[in-house]
Amino acid sequence: MRPFKFSTTADSNEVSKILIANPHARLLGGGTNLLDLMKEDVERPTELVEVGNIDVMKIVSPASATGSVVIPAVEKNARTANDPAIRENFPMLSQAILSGASAQIRNMATNGGNLNQRTRCTYFYDVAMPCNKREPGSGCGAMKGLNRMHAIFGWSDKCVAVHPSDMCVALAALDAVVKVQGANGKQRSIPFTAYHRLPGDQPQKDNTLQPGELITAIEIPRNNFAENSYYLKVRDRASYAFALISVAAAMELKNNKIVRVSIAMGGVAHKPWRASVAEKYLLHKEATEANFKIAAANEMKLAKPLEHNLYKVELGRKALVRALMQAANGGKTI
Amino acid sequence: MTDQKQAADFNEDEKKIIEDMITGDPEDMTIFGVSRRQFLKQLAVITGGFAAAQYIGPDELFAAPSVLAPGTIPINSIENGVNASFNVNGAPVALEVDSRMTLLDSLREKLQLTGTKKGCDHGQCGACTVIIDGNRVLSCLTLTACCQGKNVTTIEGLAKNNQLHPMQTAFIKHDGFQCGYCTPGQICSAVALMDEAKKGEASYLTENIREKPVSVQLSDDEIRERMSGNICRCGAYPNIIAAIKEVHSGKEAAQNWQFA
Ligand SMILES: Cc1cc2nc3c(=O)[nH]c(=O)nc-3n(C[C@H](O)[C@H](O)[C@H](O)COP(=O)(O)OP(=O)(O)OC[C@H]3O[C@@H](n4cnc5c(N)ncnc54)[C@H](O)[C@@H]3O)c2cc1C
Ligand code: SF4
Ligand code: FES
Ligand code: FES
Repeated sequence: MRPFKFSTTADSNEVSKILIANPHARLLGGGTNLLDLMKEDVERPTELVEVGNIDVMKIVSPASATGSVVIPAVEKNARTANDPAIRENFPMLSQAILSGASAQIRNMATNGGNLNQRTRCTYFYDVAMPCNKREPGSGCGAMKGLNRMHAIFGWSDKCVAVHPSDMCVALAALDAVVKVQGANGKQRSIPFTAYHRLPGDQPQKDNTLQPGELITAIEIPRNNFAENSYYLKVRDRASYAFALISVAAAMELKNNKIVRVSIAMGGVAHKPWRASVAEKYLLHKEATEANFKIAAANEMKLAKPLEHNLYKVELGRKALVRALMQAANGGKTI
Repeated sequence: MTDQKQAADFNEDEKKIIEDMITGDPEDMTIFGVSRRQFLKQLAVITGGFAAAQYIGPDELFAAPSVLAPGTIPINSIENGVNASFNVNGAPVALEVDSRMTLLDSLREKLQLTGTKKGCDHGQCGACTVIIDGNRVLSCLTLTACCQGKNVTTIEGLAKNNQLHPMQTAFIKHDGFQCGYCTPGQICSAVALMDEAKKGEASYLTENIREKPVSVQLSDDEIRERMSGNICRCGAYPNIIAAIKEVHSGKEAAQNWQFA
């Protein structure tokens, strides 16, 4: 690990100044991603600021008048997943968090850190390999290399990596809003689906955060999805593995008719992928397996698989159907 | 001590290899900077509850951390040195460390608490699991600097008054290990899991996740899911589950193994 200065400044304006003055300064949440990448020499910060002590991080979940729930960026993943209000109102978010990593890591990981965790592309991790995300202009090792774990939607000729988070897939389906604060305390709200980026020509940029900005909280608007939602994760082993494909499926039913539906997929793109084609097909239709199958097929028709991940198209289709079936069945196993 | 020496003696083959390698009294030789005596003691601790408990007195096994007096290295002599004061197994420690130093390395290298193991050093195996303020966490991805004011419990801190923690006893009874390398992490993880279950915390397998959290009785599948952050290279999983189940249910279960 390279040398870095460690600080625990409380003043958020001070933190913004540090982040603007030193592009090599980073916030330290639970450290479960950043320290790992520093040991691999992928991340090379010269300064770390611990988020735990920053003033704006100390907000306590205010139940807003509109019934939305605000989860602090500095709160741990495990505590968020087990918050009774989250479990009752947004069970899919609890499931998504609990499907990720291990109990130990969820006890350490912060919500802000989860949003900003970096890809698990093995070429990104290996400093001996070319990678446009790690070293812009060096080329993409995965494009013509081993790309079994990589994207089938939205990739560019610069990068085919996927975003690894489970939590973010549920947040994308829940139309969450990312609250950020920048220099001089300037606040901004970013719709979740606009927070992460597709790679385009700048795969080094994972998200739309501006220099000096920190995530302070994530707001989830009220919805009526709690009864009929489910987060399905498919992976190489039963637990403690990243998703090959995941699906966050939520719907509001009236007499088995779908009056509102929201679907997001993980493991398929550089950001959580909203399955808007499937959503459009399902709206105002009956919640039946036949309809789910058509919706899933329509969505996956648009996939652009790489050399080694054609399997994700079929797996994605089946995972969509299964997640929708389980959501329609009150979240219970079918 | 005599017991330990006897148990730790090299066999004939090992003696020969070592004699070929060195000259002088093997008792005084150093291996990786620690004396042979010290190394063997650490080795005995590594091999975990059962074998070690036979050869080393409990006083040695559960010794309090030897605290390095702060100020032994002037702080400005390390680039980016940081101070951190926290409790380890109930004893206060004050360390001056390189900002890069993880809690795992501080425990092992500075506090001589070598029970906590370094497996992968990247958050992928759970061997380094310790309990901080009641929560199981990975010490390999925790900076020592972030431990300021916290309470750290390691495998050495679980036994009380020379009495093993029930989870340690159960691991011995059910033979929940083979080489023992993952065991301190497994046990710390399992101890914290008991609390999580009592508080009704959910897992990915919880079906009625919307219901108010109440104390949960864990099935074998639930134990597997909730312990998935602790990898056992020897594959002692069935016995680890048996040990955890016994402590969790409070019901004695027959041990399913015996010496041949
Ligand atoms: C072995 C292993 C398995 C895993 N498996 C999974 C899995 O299956 N599913 C899954 O979803 N995740 C998985 N993870 C990833 C884990 O969820 C993330 O590492 C974690 O969520 C990151 O949170 P953190 O607080 O530790 O972030 P850190 O490592 O502290 O930080 C990550 C990034 O976020 C930035 N950051 C932190 N806080 C803020 C803030 N408030 N504002 C702006 N930027 C901020 C940091 O500067 C850094 O760039 C796994 C991790 C490991 C090590
Ligand atoms: S897919 Fe992206 S992260 Fe992976 S090697 Fe290519 S540029 Fe790097
Ligand atoms: S050593 Fe920490 S998880 Fe492997
Ligand atoms: S007992 Fe050998 S790794 Fe678990």
